[in-house]
Amino acid sequence: MNIHEYQAKEILKGYGVKVPRGIMAETADAAEAAAKELGSEVVVVKAQIHAGGRGKGGGVKVVKGVAAARAAAEELLGMQLVTHQTGPEGKKVLKIYVEEGCDIAKELYLGMVLDRATGYVTIMASTEGGTEIEEVAAKTPEKIFKKSIDPAAGFMPCHARSLAFQLGLKGDAVKNAQKFIAALVKAFMDTDASLAEINPLVVTGGGDVLALDAKMNFDSSALYRHKDIEALRDVSEEDARELEASKFGLNYISLDGEIGCMVNGAGLAMATMDIIKHYGAEPANFLDVGGGANAEQVENAFKLILSDPNVKAVLVNIFGGIMRCDVIAEGIIQAAKAVDLNVPLVVRLKGTNVEIGRKMLAESDIDIISAETMSEAAEKVVAAARG
Amino acid sequence: MSILVNKETRLITQGITGANGMFHSEQCIKYGTNLVGGVTPGKGGQEVLGVPVFDTVDQAVREAGANATMIFVPAPFAPDAIIEAADAGIEVIVCITEGIPALDMVGVKRALSGRKVHLIGPNCPGVITPEECKAGIMPGHIHMKGPVGVISRSGTLTYEAVGQLTELGIGQTTCLGIGGDPIIGTSFIDALSLFKDDPETEGIIMIGEIGGSAEEEAAAYIKENIDVPVVSFIAGQTAPKGKRMGHAGAIIAGGKGTAAEKMAALEEAGCAVVKSPADLGKTMQGLLK
Repeated sequence: MNIHEYQAKEILKGYGVKVPRGIMAETADAAEAAAKELGSEVVVVKAQIHAGGRGKGGGVKVVKGVAAARAAAEELLGMQLVTHQTGPEGKKVLKIYVEEGCDIAKELYLGMVLDRATGYVTIMASTEGGTEIEEVAAKTPEKIFKKSIDPAAGFMPCHARSLAFQLGLKGDAVKNAQKFIAALVKAFMDTDASLAEINPLVVTGGGDVLALDAKMNFDSSALYRHKDIEALRDVSEEDARELEASKFGLNYISLDGEIGCMVNGAGLAMATMDIIKHYGAEPANFLDVGGGANAEQVENAFKLILSDPNVKAVLVNIFGGIMRCDVIAEGIIQAAKAVDLNVPLVVRLKGTNVEIGRKMLAESDIDIISAETMSEAAEKVVAAARG
Repeated sequence: MSILVNKETRLITQGITGANGMFHSEQCIKYGTNLVGGVTPGKGGQEVLGVPVFDTVDQAVREAGANATMIFVPAPFAPDAIIEAADAGIEVIVCITEGIPALDMVGVKRALSGRKVHLIGPNCPGVITPEECKAGIMPGHIHMKGPVGVISRSGTLTYEAVGQLTELGIGQTTCLGIGGDPIIGTSFIDALSLFKDDPETEGIIMIGEIGGSAEEEAAAYIKENIDVPVVSFIAGQTAPKGKRMGHAGAIIAGGKGTAAEKMAALEEAGCAVVKSPADLGKTMQGLLK
């Protein structure tokens, strides 16, 4: 789960991570009041959307004075902010963060992720702050320093100490960086984060170390024990159909193509998208109905797929294990009654209770193109979509 | 022969009295698995499906001779169940449970390292040695005994591959789903090394997916160590970046973990990489002697 910068900073602050003072605002009036309250000469007004590259996209304004802060807020609020992570349509700015400016002597990078290859949480630091870490990793990997945290001993001061010295810090900055890193690690572990990124991490002229930007992602599987973090979810940042799907316990992701797909299992769902592409068309969505779906969920899945105006044909690909083919057939029949099925439907059923499922579909009056194998199904659905 | 489980396996189910645990335990028994009991704390002394229920795994080991377990307990309690099984001396632990917090698995994986134990999963369909032992949720009837080992991060896509093999009359030594989570007990390399030591495995199907670098690491291992043909498919060639595709681990993050990179690495290692999942079975057929 993603959250906004201002929310991440609020969490981090609670763990003793130093961040500039700031106030979230949803109107120009509130932004003006925030700038007044902060009272700093330089004010930074930042668009709050769940995507990186906001600075380059024009979503961050550094201004002087309260009036200029208001003007910046007016400009940002309501704009469609386009960054390299938002896609060409951009994201609408509904919230801004008004923050005091700070005296930047050095811009560094600090990140934490779960390294899947080692199975350890890893801290990454780099002198190349402000740029994207992927770019640094690709061009100058020697400029990224890493420390893995063995869960047997946990985080140790040496992890932070060696990173601070590797970053070339001196004097007070070394101690401040150590404190900062220790606090960040504690925040990451306590909240079941999957990513924490401070880019840039700033060293001020006075040797202070603080987070100029902050990004945190959380492990969705752990949200059951972090109700406070779950409450930070901003549904306005999510795709409407994906949000709808999550209400029904369906795993759905919108894509740009014309073939709607309904599949059981994440791997098979991806493979179904791939085989559609293999036969020359593009999938309209990823949809995993899961292992234990009932007829209602199948019906809802259908409605979701058909609510996408780009869909020209639908492919149902089910390999029944736990999921029984007769349940799928029942769901398809229910859905066909409830919605206007105005595009061709190709169904491929396999596995548990396949004979019953096929018979149910054959005896219904729904117009179904049936297929035996995945390739036959893909070929037929692509042909059907082209009319 | 086979890997991990066979007709000597004495399986128990942790969480046998829950709906899922009960349903799948019954399916395993019907398949012919030697299920010797189950564990649900507080329900020891009862009998379900004709087998005894124990309060602890340790009891199941001492009293029923259990040597493998299948875990169905809910995610918040699954790490505890895994450690309990390992501490009781169970050597094959199959964790079906989905949705275990990744940081919990970091600790569990570290705790198991260096011990003589195979953790399969979590978030996986389990492992099956056809006609001998089914320790998982896969549909047993699509499998048949034969020369091909199957390893996959996915559930239903594994069934697809197995279904294709069986329809072509090609059986399987052992099929295992290693799970779709970021932190899993048995990696592709662990599974490959087990198949390498199984003289009856004459070919391997390896099904990967986007996210992480496990397939690239497996490719390097295959190049140096595996002599039998390996047919591979990577799911998610059309998956967008930055979106989690159902499995917690299936995400292209920071431009890394794409299908293209994985396919290139496997091809370079001499694997037959198929672009279409429908070609897995027949490609293996062509490569078997």
